[in-house]
Amino acid sequence: MQKDIRRLSLILLFTPFALWIVLLIILPHIGMVILSLREKVAPRVYEYGLANYIDFINEPIYWNTLLRTGMMSLLVTTLALLIGFPIAYYIAKIAGNRTRGALFLLCLIPLWVSDLIRAFGWILLLRETGVVSSTLVWAGIINQPIEFLYNDVTVVVGLVYTVILFMIVPLVSTLDGMDNSMIEAGYNLGGNGPTVLRRIIIPYAMPGIVAGCIVVFMLTAGSYLTPILLGGKNSSWFTEQIYDQFITRYNWESGAAFGFLLLAFTSIVVWLGLKLSGQTLSTTVAKS
Amino acid sequence: MRIKKTVAALFAASILATAVPAQAETLRLLTWGSYAPDNIIKMFEEKYPDINVEVTFSNNEEMIAKLRATGGAGFDLAQPSHDRIYAAQLEYDIYKPLDLSKIDTSNMSVPLLDGVKANTTIEGEVYAVPHQWGTSGLMADKTKAPEFAGWGDLCDPKYKGKTSMRLKRTILLGTAFAMGEDPFAAYSDLDKYQDILDQVTEKLISCKDNIKAYWKGGDDLSAMMLSGEIVASETWDSTAYKLFGENENIVFIPPETGALAWIDTFALPRKGEADDAAYKWINFVMQPEIVKLMSASTGAIAAVEGGKDLLPDDKKAAVNAAFSDDDIKNLKFFANIPPGVEDMEGKALERIKAATGG
Repeated sequence: MQKDIRRLSLILLFTPFALWIVLLIILPHIGMVILSLREKVAPRVYEYGLANYIDFINEPIYWNTLLRTGMMSLLVTTLALLIGFPIAYYIAKIAGNRTRGALFLLCLIPLWVSDLIRAFGWILLLRETGVVSSTLVWAGIINQPIEFLYNDVTVVVGLVYTVILFMIVPLVSTLDGMDNSMIEAGYNLGGNGPTVLRRIIIPYAMPGIVAGCIVVFMLTAGSYLTPILLGGKNSSWFTEQIYDQFITRYNWESGAAFGFLLLAFTSIVVWLGLKLSGQTLSTTVAKS
Repeated sequence: MRIKKTVAALFAASILATAVPAQAETLRLLTWGSYAPDNIIKMFEEKYPDINVEVTFSNNEEMIAKLRATGGAGFDLAQPSHDRIYAAQLEYDIYKPLDLSKIDTSNMSVPLLDGVKANTTIEGEVYAVPHQWGTSGLMADKTKAPEFAGWGDLCDPKYKGKTSMRLKRTILLGTAFAMGEDPFAAYSDLDKYQDILDQVTEKLISCKDNIKAYWKGGDDLSAMMLSGEIVASETWDSTAYKLFGENENIVFIPPETGALAWIDTFALPRKGEADDAAYKWINFVMQPEIVKLMSASTGAIAAVEGGKDLLPDDKKAAVNAAFSDDDIKNLKFFANIPPGVEDMEGKALERIKAATGG
């Protein structure tokens, strides 16, 4: 009896999660796989084959865009880590109890506004007749208005701004659990700042760093609005290719294949990252 | 006893719940932003109190994608452009034929009606009738680019960094016309069309340096134009007319090779469930007094006789400033897109977007 109840409650607790995974993640993906393996031979006539994947390999534009998206996402992840780590450290270790909550809240505020509005905010600031450019002209620093918008730097800045929170939150929560006496002990044993950072703080924060990097990388590689709105005439983003395949070219088959390639590519990058840094998911993400 | 009462109440409630939707029919419109303004929906629902109008705003590509996803279910009336009916129907079977006897075509403009019918007849059945039409062309600030006249001027180094275009099929076609080709005629010979596309691609890649940015929607185009960041651009006419209202120096310019004209139509999705309500809507919005309200909202010209005169005054002034009678005669109506062309054009656009040169 007792056992049955326990089993029942386990099933009940597990059901929403299982339904979510199966209905919203696994089933659609099976549909996508099937779709991506179809090739159109004539109107309303389809055959099964690998043509969509072969197309991808044969067309340098596609894999160049994918590589570009991957490289820029890595850059964004690195920048988010470099900028986010000191902020997280300050919030978790240096700030007083009361300011800590306030600072954390300040970091959360941008999330209350939708992606679209945030991107438009950047557009208003950075465009040729925008706030930054006209202020610089007014201050006499530049003679002519400068266009800050529509280039890769803007895309990276916009993306870092959008995703940095997802780096800060896991870092704060891991650093928060670290005992201050460990740092003190490090100094007492003769370590200087960099040594303590390298030998004590970073290893301790590793679960948070890995979790943050994975989330940020995935979010960036899969983002659509920011690169589209801030990017210029040369900045292609792979999600844009997927959208074009699905919507403007009516080519759902190759759109589905592209979607899969993006998933595979990001998974491989994450796996490589874990291997190269000598981490595993069970000692990092699962641990925190 | 109490249980019985509850059951009875539940039963009554469920009857009511099923009875109400049966009486009030829902008309689910799939159309362009501003093509179903609130005031017209209100008037329609007052005239037909048993019909409820629900609107989804979209564009050509998304309309077809939505209908394709469901095999033509989920909407009762769609408004794709006239060139998006034939191939979409052949490939995905998403529309159903119209019953023309239920549509009052008497006040529709004859050439437009005939044109749309010719474009959308499959096996003797007509799939669409016209609603509104407009053009794609150029606009320029007269004070800064007085000699702007053709598609090719977008690439004139005189205006380096001061022009814009939308990276979609319109600019491919416009550029082809500007190079002296007739892309629509080449639709029947896809090898020849590929040749033209290759030349157009090369031209637009070399032109990339001249472009400030590719615009994506009416809003970013308007912002760039009004702020003076660009002096000329490819544009939809309605956007240009709107800007004319704010700055009279910004005019729509039909390119010398002819503005590209589109007609937005009425078509029935294959699994639509409220055909009668859909026909009522079509007949309702084509009445002259409603056309006037509609054109005020959309900025496009209704496909009725004398549609131009039914525009509000400011839009009429903008159209008259833009089009002479010769320009109207010179209009190039988008030809039906044969299967396969979408892919060729998509590839060309990708190559242009990915090119870093220029």
